Amino acid sequence: MSARAKSPVFEYAPAPESREIARLKPSYQIFIDGRFRDGSGDAVKTINPADEQPLAEVAEAGPADVADAVAAARRAYEGPWSAMPGKERGKYLFRIARAIQERGRELAVLESLDNGKPIRESRDVDVPVAAAHFFYYAGWADKLGYGGFGPDPRPVGVAGQIIPWNFPLLMAAWKIAPALACGNTVVLKPAETTPLTALVLAEIIAEAELPAGVVNVLAGGPAIGAAIVEHDDVDKIAFTGSTEVGKIIQRTLAGTSKRLSLELGGKAANIVFDDAPLDQAVEGIVNGIFFNQGQVCCAGSRLLVQESVADELIDSLQRRLATLRVGDPLDKNTDVGAINSAAQLARIRELTESGVAEGATRWSPPCELPERGFWFAPTVFTGVSPAHRIAREEIFGPVLSVLTFRTPAEALEKANNTPYGLSAGVWTEKGSRILSMAAQLRAGVVWANTFNRFDPSAPFGGYKESGFGREGGRHGLEAYLAH
Amino acid sequence: MPTKRPKQTTPKQPAADATRLRVRKTYKLYIGGAFPRSESGRSYPVHSAAGDLLAYVAQASRKDVRDAVVAARKAFAGWSGATAYNRGQVLYRVAEMLDGRRDQFVAQVGQAEMSTAEVAAGEVVSADAARAQVDAAVDRWVYYAGWSDKYAQIVGGTNPVAGPYFSFSLPEPTGVVGVLAPQDSSLLGLVSVLAPVLATGNTAVVIASEDRPLPAISFAEVLATSDLPPGVVNLLTGSTAELAPWLAGHRDVNALDLSGVVVADRKALQIKAAGNVKRVYAPHEPDWFADPGISRLGAFVETKTVWHPIGV
Repeated sequence: MSARAKSPVFEYAPAPESREIARLKPSYQIFIDGRFRDGSGDAVKTINPADEQPLAEVAEAGPADVADAVAAARRAYEGPWSAMPGKERGKYLFRIARAIQERGRELAVLESLDNGKPIRESRDVDVPVAAAHFFYYAGWADKLGYGGFGPDPRPVGVAGQIIPWNFPLLMAAWKIAPALACGNTVVLKPAETTPLTALVLAEIIAEAELPAGVVNVLAGGPAIGAAIVEHDDVDKIAFTGSTEVGKIIQRTLAGTSKRLSLELGGKAANIVFDDAPLDQAVEGIVNGIFFNQGQVCCAGSRLLVQESVADELIDSLQRRLATLRVGDPLDKNTDVGAINSAAQLARIRELTESGVAEGATRWSPPCELPERGFWFAPTVFTGVSPAHRIAREEIFGPVLSVLTFRTPAEALEKANNTPYGLSAGVWTEKGSRILSMAAQLRAGVVWANTFNRFDPSAPFGGYKESGFGREGGRHGLEAYLAH
Repeated sequence: MPTKRPKQTTPKQPAADATRLRVRKTYKLYIGGAFPRSESGRSYPVHSAAGDLLAYVAQASRKDVRDAVVAARKAFAGWSGATAYNRGQVLYRVAEMLDGRRDQFVAQVGQAEMSTAEVAAGEVVSADAARAQVDAAVDRWVYYAGWSDKYAQIVGGTNPVAGPYFSFSLPEPTGVVGVLAPQDSSLLGLVSVLAPVLATGNTAVVIASEDRPLPAISFAEVLATSDLPPGVVNLLTGSTAELAPWLAGHRDVNALDLSGVVVADRKALQIKAAGNVKRVYAPHEPDWFADPGISRLGAFVETKTVWHPIGV
């Protein structure tokens, strides 16, 4: 309930999106060489994290399926795909973009069911930005010679792509679109807990009549990911996920000629100066850490606020958090949905408990969490020291750690004091300070007076242990072109 | 340890005035703008391609690697924060100093490098061939000096995002780069791998060619007299096999250039490099005289994207 109890408050009426729109099927199959088939691995139930009920059964891939998928991708690469004129490849990508738009509502509901994210986000961000990525890279397919990679850039070959569960469809689009635009073929592995939208994307790709084998989608767990990484006939690996797994992949590829791009973890600082428009900053802080339940590699998980406005800002942040609606992901009023899995929830709990144990002060707004499902209330820690685990480790949940600073130099020092370097935020009305901070923050994306903005034309990726390579924009082509 | 067999044990220097004893140079490391000996106190003999003993040079240790990384990190903020025009001027100054010492480098490169056939024939590299290397090295440095204030315009730009935001992307230096300099091309190879690292604003820890380090050490003297801030380049001599793993595994080194490591030895270093997700550049040995293009400039930069709302 709002803290502003004195003014009249209109209650929200439930506005649930119908789960029928998702056209859930009882079972889903993997996609190899243009055909759907049961994988040779286990049949696994994917569950709705909002209520822990099974959504569908997925016949996961086994090692033999990896071999078949890579062989199919190789045949498609040597056969029709790499020889196809760019303008024809581009038209296939345009078809995919349009089909995602046409089936946008279905994909959004399915994404919210499988992932737990609010329908408002899957509808307004995940699905439209996924379509936009295909649309953007479609246009590059016949213009690669103008990209600055030489007059006649060549594809790399077969790309193995492994994506996380936080933006299942969007990450598939980020990976597949530039790979295909450059003339590569793809073996994609969605995350084990969120395979459904990638498999519907495979359906869209089949209906767009792409040549068999150009895109192959293998549902499965880490062993399937490892099999793709280790396969001798894969030319390039693109991975989005944890820094820990990214390092394992980098080690695995040592001594091989395989290309690698990594988009890994983060611990972004969101820096608020005393001259910032505080109401806007509060909205940016909320968006920064509670968007997608904080399960975002570029989440603004460390709030650095100038000491002189810290009390005022935290007070207004807490008032704002009391208005957040946590609950049914399919309700259009919902701001914060479910945590994706029991394992992730356990990690968030473990790290939050360490915050309390190490002496930080924990606060959450009053909110009722559903009895079933994986839920975690929005949480703010104050009195956080840079040495605390909650200030150093990626929590990947709706947990904000607040630290304070006095001078811009101290803010920079604290912001950059991390092995990560994916993103950062700066809030101030002073233009020269924005540009100075932006130049000195060691992070791949700096949002000034905004946060968590994504666009297919804007390169995204990390410094330091947040990975290497860029996705999006002209820069995103580089990972999929031979050099 | 060096594998060259010495023909004779007394150091031989170019002929000098018969009545005057030459003052020989002590070849030391270059760390943080100073020329220290190895903290380990070790040295190793360096021979010419013809087998003559040229000098005992400092044999750097693991701790020297760490000191060099500290110096490079300390220099990074200043060098990366300098204007591109300023970096270009400093780098051009390096080319001026190098050109002014051409004769010295021609002699040293000539002593260091010769073909297998020439070794068999007992000849030294002809002065013309050595001169061509030095001239190319000067020109290569001038080439990269000119890139420092142009590269961002080639690869950076604005992003036409779908919303009321101004978004732009720029290349920024990766940080501290560990450079394993080419083993064969003692000067042209060295400048070809080092100049692009510096032009984009990185700082460097270089491990010089193990058997042919003298041109590299003399080049460090050029750097020291070229207004290059201390620590921007740190140059170590010694055993590549001994030092490279410490550089590859160092958590405060952001990137690694494996040009001077044979393919068979690269895997172990790449595994160590993954410990902090280093960017690893492992090219095939190129023709150092060929047009280098811009690929080396792109190997050690990060793309930064900045967003700001547009409104009134």
